[in-house]
Amino acid sequence: MAGLESDVIEIIAKQVNREPATVKREDHLTDLDIQSLDVAEIIFAIEEKFDIEVPYNANETNAAGINFDTVGDVVDGIAKLVARKAPKKS
Amino acid sequence: MNRVVITGLGILSPLGHSAADLAMALKAGRSAIAPITGVYNPDLGAKVGAQVTDFDPLAHFPENKLSLLDRCSQFAVVAARGAVKQSGLEFRNGLGLRAACVIGTGVGGMTTLDDTFFSVYGKGAKRVHPFTIPKMMINAPGAHITMEHGIQGPSFTVASACASANHAMGVSFHMLRAGTVSAVVTGGAECVFSYGTLKGWEALRVMAPDTCRPFSRDRKGMVLGEGAAMFVLEERSAAMARGAEILAELIGFGMTSDASDIVLPSADGAARAIAGCLEDARLRPDAVHYVNAHGTGTTANDATETKALHSVFGPHARKLMVSSTKSMHGHALGGAGAIELAATIVALREGFIPPTANYVEPDPLCDLDYVPNEARQAQAEVAISNSFAFGGHNAVIAVRR
Repeated sequence: MAGLESDVIEIIAKQVNREPATVKREDHLTDLDIQSLDVAEIIFAIEEKFDIEVPYNANETNAAGINFDTVGDVVDGIAKLVARKAPKKS
Repeated sequence: MNRVVITGLGILSPLGHSAADLAMALKAGRSAIAPITGVYNPDLGAKVGAQVTDFDPLAHFPENKLSLLDRCSQFAVVAARGAVKQSGLEFRNGLGLRAACVIGTGVGGMTTLDDTFFSVYGKGAKRVHPFTIPKMMINAPGAHITMEHGIQGPSFTVASACASANHAMGVSFHMLRAGTVSAVVTGGAECVFSYGTLKGWEALRVMAPDTCRPFSRDRKGMVLGEGAAMFVLEERSAAMARGAEILAELIGFGMTSDASDIVLPSADGAARAIAGCLEDARLRPDAVHYVNAHGTGTTANDATETKALHSVFGPHARKLMVSSTKSMHGHALGGAGAIELAATIVALREGFIPPTANYVEPDPLCDLDYVPNEARQAQAEVAISNSFAFGGHNAVIAVRR
């Protein structure tokens, strides 16, 4: 989980051109000045990193139960998707 | 300044292959959005689209010509053929030298590009068809139209994404109004149902999984369409002198740029384009009855467009009838403005307002009369048709019955 969290934070930080250490779980994506196109790019990077599909549609909030309010929400949502994927590999 | 009229209309759309078919579908509020067929699709998330069905290229072109004609060019040429035929104009008697052809398309021969790249990268093909480049180039549809009809004056292609067709028709209108040319074949065409393109759209995360519900609170995004609509424009007194049937008059055109974001719409940019169109047409806001909205069905567009209409029309906004016919024919991108002008013209001529189909419930941010689900018997005299594109290009055209 710690590895996943730091990976996700690194992806988000890179998108907004910040040091990963300055991005906290509590930060709201809107406070980080993340626009809808940034979210699409962040999800793309996350999908590539973890080899998962994130069912996100910019026109829906909370699609597929993943919240995109705070950094922590994103980390937890991605962790769930990665966990859901894991059994298939074993 | 010359007055500019439309004397020919040709169309190939998911709602049919003629203006009569289009009118019938719009009156019935019939949506052509359905599962996408005929496209290589191992894993597409965007499963619905509005495709042109029952189109047999061999019914329109000899087999040996098809190697030069991408589906986009096929649509454009067939639609232009219909428009020229209806106009009754003959270009090979000298008129062609004073005639123009201005076509809008977002990406042109994308199917050819996609198929060709798949053959070399995906299948390891050693060679590609010798006409790959002239077939895929974005100006090919217009070029084929000039050759078929002998149009020898200005010809060029406008690419401004979803505003392409409106820009093409708008500059054609201005050229005719200024007397630069005597007739123009203009409109738009688009065909993007190929795997690579659909993957690109899917990645933007703006596609609706089920259907297009413009202005409805539960809207989930856009649905792609395809097709072409072409028009013959000419100067009004010349058209009347030769006894041509006048389908409608083009009366104004406004265009602006947001200069802000590559994909997010701007109410200010849209409002300035609408206001510019009204000014160009010398129209008071309350003279407009119907707005064929850009209405893509994304949360951002529909709320922003509504805000722009409020800001330009003030209290009259509440009296406007506004509909997005994309709910029925999908979003044909660079061809959208042309298909939507065709929809607007048949509506004005036949005394009805096309509905916004698939509408479920009001959104507080979209609080106008969107003519939900059922066509309305009403005689609009003046309408505008909006196109707001990725890139921040806004183009609005005004038409009078």
